[in-house]
Amino acid sequence: MFSRAYKMAVTLPPLVWVAAFLLTPYLLMFCYSFWSVSSAQVIVHHWSLDNYRELLRVGVYWQTLFRSMWIAARVTIFSLLLGYPLAYFLSFHAGQRKELFYQLVIIPLWVSYLVRAYAWKTILGSDGVLNTLLQYVHLTRHPLEFLLYSPFAVVLTLTHIYTPFTFLPIYAALEHIPRNLVEASHDLGATPGQTFWKIVFPLSIPGVLAGATFAFVLSLGDFLAPLLLGGPSGIMISNIVVSLFGAAYNWPLGAAISFCMLLLVVSLIFLSERLERKWSFS
Amino acid sequence: MVSIPPSTAAPVLDTSAVTPKSLLSIRNVAKNFGKNLVLRNISLDIAEGEFLTILGESGSGKTTLLRIVAGFESATSGEVWMGDERLDQQPPYRRRVNTVFQHYALFPHLTVEENVGYGLRVARRPDAEVKTRVEDALAKVKMTAYAKVKPSNISGGQQQRIALARALVNRPKLLLLDEPLSALDANLRRQMQLELKSLQREVAISFLFVTHDQEEAMVMSDRIALLRSGELEQVAAPREIYSRPATAYVAQFIGHTNLLEAEVRGGIARCSSLSWPVRLADGPALFSLRPENIVVVSPATVVVSGRVRVPGRVVNQAFHGATELIRVQCAEGVVLVVRTPSSVAGHAEVELEFSPGDAVAVRKSAERN
Repeated sequence: MFSRAYKMAVTLPPLVWVAAFLLTPYLLMFCYSFWSVSSAQVIVHHWSLDNYRELLRVGVYWQTLFRSMWIAARVTIFSLLLGYPLAYFLSFHAGQRKELFYQLVIIPLWVSYLVRAYAWKTILGSDGVLNTLLQYVHLTRHPLEFLLYSPFAVVLTLTHIYTPFTFLPIYAALEHIPRNLVEASHDLGATPGQTFWKIVFPLSIPGVLAGATFAFVLSLGDFLAPLLLGGPSGIMISNIVVSLFGAAYNWPLGAAISFCMLLLVVSLIFLSERLERKWSFS
Repeated sequence: MVSIPPSTAAPVLDTSAVTPKSLLSIRNVAKNFGKNLVLRNISLDIAEGEFLTILGESGSGKTTLLRIVAGFESATSGEVWMGDERLDQQPPYRRRVNTVFQHYALFPHLTVEENVGYGLRVARRPDAEVKTRVEDALAKVKMTAYAKVKPSNISGGQQQRIALARALVNRPKLLLLDEPLSALDANLRRQMQLELKSLQREVAISFLFVTHDQEEAMVMSDRIALLRSGELEQVAAPREIYSRPATAYVAQFIGHTNLLEAEVRGGIARCSSLSWPVRLADGPALFSLRPENIVVVSPATVVVSGRVRVPGRVVNQAFHGATELIRVQCAEGVVLVVRTPSSVAGHAEVELEFSPGDAVAVRKSAERN
């Protein structure tokens, strides 16, 4: 149908792009992860598994990785708990105002990530909006210190930032469910509750999986929220990578951590895609 | 009401032969979507065990009426009763009616077996009962072999049967069918019409069937309710509605017909050069004359007394297999469509004959859109 030249002209630019800006950096990172830094702060191109051994040996690395996963898991659960009911309400009960509500959910995405993170800083700080209010109504006498510079602040901020990302695929999945299936369920005597758990929820699982993957993967790799709001106890794995590539000048170790994270994320996405396919019936 | 002495009550007042016990009663139901009037003042009764078809063109409101009975739509005014229970204020899941949807609406994530057992499971029937009833229902629609299959892996006709089994397994008092055959091809469709009809006799459940296909309605129904722009034009048995159409619209919608605009004076109806005796008051009148009630005769034959004969010229011929429809120009402005056995026609000049009794007076249909 199309000539060879045409096909080449269409497919070559994206291929070159991906090779130059995605595959090559990954490959470089992969190579770096086997190299080392000499005492004279020079990167030595000597191949060894030392960096990976270091990761297993030094507790702070894998402990931080697990803490990051735990933070990401909490963010995922909370954004599902927020995003699903919102998507369900919009898809099934918003009626005429559907468009308006949809836009209201989307608008925060247009606001810079940094602005939103700083906003939480203003809210949660010792002299912040929340503490001032709590003291004003005499619920607390001193500012609550755990609000800011804690894993709590990171989870809260990341949940706020990534909830629209879980909302969108769930909403799309719900919109895809033919409404006559809901009618058929009611017609066969199922109450609205039974209809939700037996028909609507199972058919929305692909959206839930996609949304959960977004929230988990995006928050696992996040470094701004822990940097701005996490404090010492809220450090995440990306902060370590950033410091290894920066002040610590240990690119090889940073690359090894990055490569482990990449492997983790890719296998998660692969798994989620497999599950999504198992649960889609269109 | 006249009170009857108990001794004579039973034999004398047995009206059940005329109107069997009513199962569902639709009373003065109207529906509008905003300013758009979809149904106006519909009253209709469905008897126990009856196969009633709501027939109408698209946009006539037939599906809306069905959805009001099912509970997916609420009437703007009017009531729906099942026996002495008011239905229209109950949610769909409390009504003892089940629906076969136009596109089947089978649950894609459940197997055939789970689809059929859905109603029984949500009603928390014991497992053993669910199992036997599902098996029976699948056997009834000849789909036992497909119990473990997902709906996306079976054909349209098979999905249709599953949708039917899924509804019937709950033993509803009334089954609603929303154009269930419209997605099937012609051959399968004719076969399913007969199967559905015999299944309905077997299970003795009332069927409220919606279709736009007049032939389908004629083949299957005990009675047809013809809906036009949200109003009932006529409710009658297929033979009755065909031979005695109440309005010009009914006559034209069901089968072919010739509509003759005549003027009655002194017991004679005149339409151009045609005239025949009628028992109607003077004034304009409209008649429906079916093509098969007109015969082509040889000019040589003697006119049978009481029959109307008219000469004409064949202008068009359409072959329909066993019969053909010919259009005959009889006089100024009068063209009659005649159904004749095939291969009879062929002559340009013919003589037509019909019996005045076959020209049925019909009401002019109100102009609506």
